[in-house]
Amino acid sequence: MRLLVLFFTFLLASVAHADRIFVSNERSNTVTVIDGSTWEVLTEFPAGLRPRGITVSPDGSKLYVCASDDNLVRVFDTSSYEELFTLPSGPDPELFVLEPNGRRLYIANEDDNLVTVVDTQTKEVLAEVPVGVEPEGMAISPNARIVVNTSETTNMAHFIDTETNTIKYNMLVDQRPRYAEYTSDGTRLFVTAEIGGTVSVFDIDGDGAPTEVGKISFQVAGVQPEWLQPVGAKVTSDGQWLFVALGPSNRVAVVDAKTLEVEKYILVGERVWQLAFTPGEEYLLTTNGNTNDITVIDVASQEAVRSIPVGQQPWGVIVAPGIN
Amino acid sequence: MTRYLVAFQAIVARELLRFTSQRGRFLSALVRPLVWLLIFAAGFRAALGISIIPPYLTYITYEVYILPGLCAMILLFNGMQSSLSLVYDREMGSMRLLLTAPLPRWWLLLSKLCAGVFVGVLQVYAFLLLAALFGVDLPPAGYLLILPALIIAGFMLGALGLLISSLVQQLENFATVMNFVIFPVFFLSSALYPLWRMRESSEFLYYVCAVNPFTYAVELIRFSAYSAFSSMSLLIVVITGILFFGFSVIAYTPARAGQRGRGPSQT
Repeated sequence: MRLLVLFFTFLLASVAHADRIFVSNERSNTVTVIDGSTWEVLTEFPAGLRPRGITVSPDGSKLYVCASDDNLVRVFDTSSYEELFTLPSGPDPELFVLEPNGRRLYIANEDDNLVTVVDTQTKEVLAEVPVGVEPEGMAISPNARIVVNTSETTNMAHFIDTETNTIKYNMLVDQRPRYAEYTSDGTRLFVTAEIGGTVSVFDIDGDGAPTEVGKISFQVAGVQPEWLQPVGAKVTSDGQWLFVALGPSNRVAVVDAKTLEVEKYILVGERVWQLAFTPGEEYLLTTNGNTNDITVIDVASQEAVRSIPVGQQPWGVIVAPGIN
Repeated sequence: MTRYLVAFQAIVARELLRFTSQRGRFLSALVRPLVWLLIFAAGFRAALGISIIPPYLTYITYEVYILPGLCAMILLFNGMQSSLSLVYDREMGSMRLLLTAPLPRWWLLLSKLCAGVFVGVLQVYAFLLLAALFGVDLPPAGYLLILPALIIAGFMLGALGLLISSLVQQLENFATVMNFVIFPVFFLSSALYPLWRMRESSEFLYYVCAVNPFTYAVELIRFSAYSAFSSMSLLIVVITGILFFGFSVIAYTPARAGQRGRGPSQT
């Protein structure tokens, strides 16, 4: 009996591993894998041409990567890092969002002004939704009834009904909207505008209809206003803090998501682009495109604690939860 | 042994008394680095941060980078101030009195050095407190961990001051010391800019910075502040400190001190 217990303990210990951080490197065409407890780079593997958008399946077993110049989505095993299969995506997929149940993938096709809906199990395109010019940012409401797409040139956030795959609402935002992010309860939506230099804030009613309630602007002493370009954004699950990547200003803004006041700017690497939380929201990770690294921010203290070199021009980042 | 301690206590007390009675000295010791921190750093690429170099683990602002260098600057100026006071003592004749005390010369000079280091470390902590109030700080543990580094660097820079004081003949020559010692020592170091950046501009200047012991005093403080250890910096600071002190002891022979003792200044 004791031997059996020892055997199972050994078995459990052998499969236990920490969170793994996956970073898509747009220029080196790779994904870098980092151990989420030691912060050591575990490996870097090829991920197709120009990997950008990156996410994991809800069970953490599959890694989805937008291979923009391959015009498809590549799917990898998060343990072996081997490619499992590809998904059709439409041309130039840049960002995507996965349904909370992991079934449908909504992909922004930058060159074709479409949002492509793909079934991750049958690997078939379910629908193509025409949106504005240069679609990029993608978000899905927690109840999965609305998908938001931002179109960079039309300067709009399109609210797509996921039952009918048609646009239900359109909202004007500032110039070149890059990213959209719902709070975990789905009652608020943030849309970043890169050239506009703002984040539009919408309250969302029970039907998914948006009402603009505010706009966040940024100002950093000594940094030219045109460098303050909001790109990626993440909000904590308690809805208290919104973190906004400010591109070439090398800063991540910390915003009180309730009062919409900017509380702090955290210095990170150059051209900070996308953000991701670790599973317990202990850390926030930033991709720094020009300095080829990611910065780890301690969420509680709101301080940058370290930066880790990755591949060339890191673009997106996601964390696959570990097994304890 | 008691005689040694009495002399030590008297020299330290005298230095402290001199320091506390010179409010202007304390004020300038704080204002000088604050001007660098708040004005120079603001105008000198403060906004976008600087690349990661050890011991830093991530990007830092320029203010954060120069903080350890400014601590070392306080110690450097303090070492020079102590040497100024020795030149003054020599002109006033109290130096001869001190060196004729029935104790080894090295002990008297070491006591003087300890007193200077103590005052210098106090100034550094006062400056760090002010810097923290302006939002430029060290990791919490760093405030404690830099103490040994400050003491060792303070000894080396104080010993340099002692050595210089043995070479400077008159108070008037101190301006020359400022021009030819303090400024080159400070600017040709890693206090204000990382050495790799200096190397980008001039390979020669990079090597000058790399052989400047002050660079290693700065790095010793910098590494300690971030819970890291630079054995190379420690070694260089300790060895140069011992050398400077040894030469000072030799330079302060009674014969030499007598030769230079001029009594009160006639001016």
